[in-house]
Order: sequence, then C-alpha cells, then structure tokens
Amino acid sequence: MNRALRLIGRRAISSIPVLLIVVIGTFFLLELASGDAVDAYLVSIGGGDAALIEHLRQSYGLDQSALTRLWIYVSSLARLDLGWSVAFNRPIAGLILERLPNTLYLMGSATALAFVFGTALGILAGARPGSLGDRLLSIGSLALYAVPSFWLGLVLSVVFAVQLRWLPTSGIETIASGKQGLERALDIIRHLVLPVSALAMIYLALFLRLMRAGMAEIWRLDFVRAARAKGLTRARIVLRHVARNALLPVITMLGLQAASMLGGSVVIESVFAIPGFGRLAQEAVSARDAPLLMGIIVVSAVLVIVVNMLIDLVYAVLDPRVGASEAAS
Amino acid sequence: MSALARFRRSPEGVIGLALLTVLALAALLAPLLFPGDPLRIAGPPLLTPFTDPALPLGTDRLGRNVLAGLVHGARASLIVGLAAALVAVAIGSLVGTLAGFAGGLVDEALMRVVDAFQIVPGFLLALAFVSVLQPTLPVVVTAIALGAWTGPARLARAEVLSIRERDYVAAARIIGMHPLEIALREILPNALPPVLALSAVIVAGAILTEAALSFLGLGDPNIVTWGSMIAEGRAVLRSAPYLSIVPGIALVLTVIGTYLLGEGLAAMLSRRERQA
Repeated sequence: MNRALRLIGRRAISSIPVLLIVVIGTFFLLELASGDAVDAYLVSIGGGDAALIEHLRQSYGLDQSALTRLWIYVSSLARLDLGWSVAFNRPIAGLILERLPNTLYLMGSATALAFVFGTALGILAGARPGSLGDRLLSIGSLALYAVPSFWLGLVLSVVFAVQLRWLPTSGIETIASGKQGLERALDIIRHLVLPVSALAMIYLALFLRLMRAGMAEIWRLDFVRAARAKGLTRARIVLRHVARNALLPVITMLGLQAASMLGGSVVIESVFAIPGFGRLAQEAVSARDAPLLMGIIVVSAVLVIVVNMLIDLVYAVLDPRVGASEAAS
Repeated sequence: MSALARFRRSPEGVIGLALLTVLALAALLAPLLFPGDPLRIAGPPLLTPFTDPALPLGTDRLGRNVLAGLVHGARASLIVGLAAALVAVAIGSLVGTLAGFAGGLVDEALMRVVDAFQIVPGFLLALAFVSVLQPTLPVVVTAIALGAWTGPARLARAEVLSIRERDYVAAARIIGMHPLEIALREILPNALPPVLALSAVIVAGAILTEAALSFLGLGDPNIVTWGSMIAEGRAVLRSAPYLSIVPGIALVLTVIGTYLLGEGLAAMLSRRERQA
C-alpha cells in the first residue's frame, strides 16, 4: 500500500506545474475575448450609465491589469476559491459543486456499463481472431464508434421517448413531483436511461475494439504457446492468459478517456436537458461568463488528474511491476 | 507486393476509399449540382421526402432543400476534418520531433505543455476558443486542432527517441550534418509514417467534433453543416424526425469511411514494417 501512496504523492506533485500551465493558458485565451462579463451583463439588463459600469468593473476587479488579475486568480485558486459568476450572481465553486453530481452519475454509469460489456464482447471477439463472430463484432463496433453521441441520443429519444413513450425525453427528474427517497432515485434512473445508453454504446465500441486488438497481439506471444503446450483448456488460456494481459491497456484507456467523456457531457446534457457540468459550460459560453468558463475548465482538468491517479492505483494493484523500482530505492 | 496491391487486398480500405470518393465527389460537385446558397428557401416548409422530384429529400422548417444542404454539408465536414487533422498532425509532429531531438529541459517543458493540453477536455477547449473568437471556418479548424495535436506529438516524440539512436543518424552526425538538418531530413521523414497512420482517427474525430460544435450553434452560421442541420431538425423532432436523422446518417457514413480507409492504410504500412 505504501508503494501506491508514494506513487499518488509523486503524481500529485508533478501535476501542479501542469495545472498551472492550464490556468495561465486558459486565462490568456479568455483575455482575447472582445468584451468582458460586465459588457455581457449590461446587454442582458439593457445597458447602464458610465458610473454603474465603472462601479461594476471595480467590484469584479476588471479595472486591474491582466497580470494583476491573473495573480489574484491563482492565489485565490490556492484557497479553492473560483471567483464569482456574473451570469448566475453566485460563487462559482458552489455552482459547479451543485452541477457536478449529475454529470458524475451520467459518466460513471455510462463508463461502468461500457467497460463491462465492452471488455466482455471484446473477449468474445478476441477469443478467436478472424472468426465470423470476431468479424461481425469488429464491424459492428466500428460502425457504432462512428456514431456521434448527440445524434444517437436524439435517435434513441425519438424511438423510446416520442414513439414508444417508455421513457422521459429530458431532464434529470420529474419537476415538482414531490418524490422522496427511493421513489426519487428510481425517477432519476428512469431519466438517465437514454443518455447513459447513448454514451455507453459508443464507449462500449471503443473498449471492445481495444480489448480485441490487445488479445489479437497477445495470441502471438510465446507464453500463450507455452500454455497451449501445457495442455490447458482453451477457455482457461483465453481468460487467464490472453484476456488478463490485454486488460491493462484497456484500463489505461479508461483514464485517457476521462477528458473526452467530460467534453462529451456538454452535448449529451444539452440533448437531454440535464442540468449538469457540461450544460453549465454551454450556459457559461452563451452568457459570456468568462470566470465561470475558466472555473469549469480548471475543475475538469483537476477531475481528469484525479481519475488518472485512481487509474494509477488500480494499475499498481493489478500489475506488481508498476512502481516496484521506486519502492525498492 | 507493392504498397498499392497491399492496400487493395484489405477489404476495409477499399470500402472506405469508395465511401469517401463518393463523398468527396459530392463535396466537389456541390456548387454544380445545387448552385446558389443552400440556406435559401427552395419550397414550402416541412415538405415530406419523396413527394416532389425537384426536392427529393423534402424541405426543413424554413423550406430549405434538405438534399442541397446534405451535399453542401459534405464540403464543410470534409474541409474541416482534413484541415483540422492537417494542422494537428503538423503541430504535433513538429513539437514531438523537437522535444525528442532536443531532449533535456526543452523536452521536459514541451511535454508538460502536452500534458496540460491532454488534461483539458478537448471539446471544452474548442468551446472556449470558438466562443472567445468568432465562429469562422479557420477558427473552428484551429479550435479542433488544439484538442487533437497531443496524440501525434507523443507518438512523434517516441519515434524520434528510438530513431535517434540508430546508426544512420550517428553517421549523419559524424559527417558533420547540422543538428537541425538531421532532425528535419533524417529523423522526421522516418518518424512520420506511424503518425500518418494515426491521422485517419484524427480526421474522424475532427469531423465528429465539428458536428458537435455546430450542433450547439457554435459553427460558422453562414455555412451549412450536418451538425447544424441536426440541430435545426430538433425543433420538429416529434413531427419530422427524419430532418435530424438523415444528416446524422451522412455523418456516420463519412466517419465509418474514414476509419475503414485508415485501417486499410495501417495494414499497408504495417506489412511493410514486418518485411523490413
């Protein structure tokens, strides 16, 4: 366990400069915008006099130079303060924390489903590379992987929500239903079935392909021949020797996909009107709320770092070689 | 066996090439097949497909010709997909080659920047980039490339690290070739093939990202794209779902074609490597 903790510690320290690059880069990118949050706010309230504009700029600190504001931003970030959203008129950290759980449910369940079914089907395809079953699964997964998530979401909602009326079209729960406890949880699950399926189907295709490709490589290795020579049953070779070794790159991909999943939440949450993190990003863009967009990007970068640390931990448990050299020294 | 023959023997590659050829032809001939602005009104609104021979796929909510939009949309998808991938691969292989060849502090600094780009969701970055600047075609292309160049950069660096230890590079150094010349003339051309094999995936990803951006209304408003057509159709999803479904099918076929072509190219490259 000590070995894993040391790994995490090293990872955390090395991600600080990377996070700093993200913060500085995003800050100057958003500086390029013509007009600031105050301009956007003035448009939304129908304009204001010069004194009000001056007062607003001062209260948001927008009258300072860019470097001063960057310094203020970074130092308040160190205190976990993400600043104030002009569009929502409340602290950004609270706003993001409120929206994040919905996205984490969505992403978590989609990833779990995609991982389980994707690797299972991948093992099925990779058990006999080149067989008819393998070819069908490979072609099917390729086609599925080419489907844009937002379009799949729309098609699913046309079929299951509009035509068959089995499931709700949008939202995270029935509004003002007064449901509590288990009833409310079931209501949320019903709302999440379509968006989760849309996402899971696409990522399932990715995991299937990766698992299959990994297994196809491993079949050629010597230890598989040795296992065969020992007279092991085919099922045992497939599961214990081939699939097990092909699983590691799939787990790495799980971490690499974290960023693209968070990005994908923007469109899928917009299709199903789920008040989550991704939808907040879209709202920040349409309200021209640069501090909010900045906060969203910084938080998503932190999330990606955390997910990858967890993946490292899993890796350290699964593969005894990882981090062994550092632990020895 | 020549490279071309190897490509022809992979059924994936041939099907992919055929799909993309049809699309490229549609994209090239769009101004001839459907002259004029595809965004103009061509008939009555919400005309059902297959009822009017002049408007075979019907019209949308505003009476615009769906088939014309589809054909012109192929242009936007292919141009943005190819351009974004080109920019991403160019930046990526340049940065990767530089990092791998220079080593030391330069390598360290460049790779931290690559890390930074990798932990920010590419789509969020594209969203921020397009919203800050104006949604024109070059801006959309750059926005997509920003989220896609890290893959080629890492791959190019890894290739360079393995190539720079080979004998012919040592030979070039001994005959006194300038380091920059070695990097560009000896190392880069040899590091490039695996990076190019990756580019089909990048083109496909770029096409999907462009569609998602224009679906959210962040594409160039003066160009028809499949993403914006899907978004347009959402308003009448209950009464005329085909308006969203048809451009989506075009999108899926394009991306499948790109993947298949990529597999064919990869098969072509990998067999050559195995012979060597």
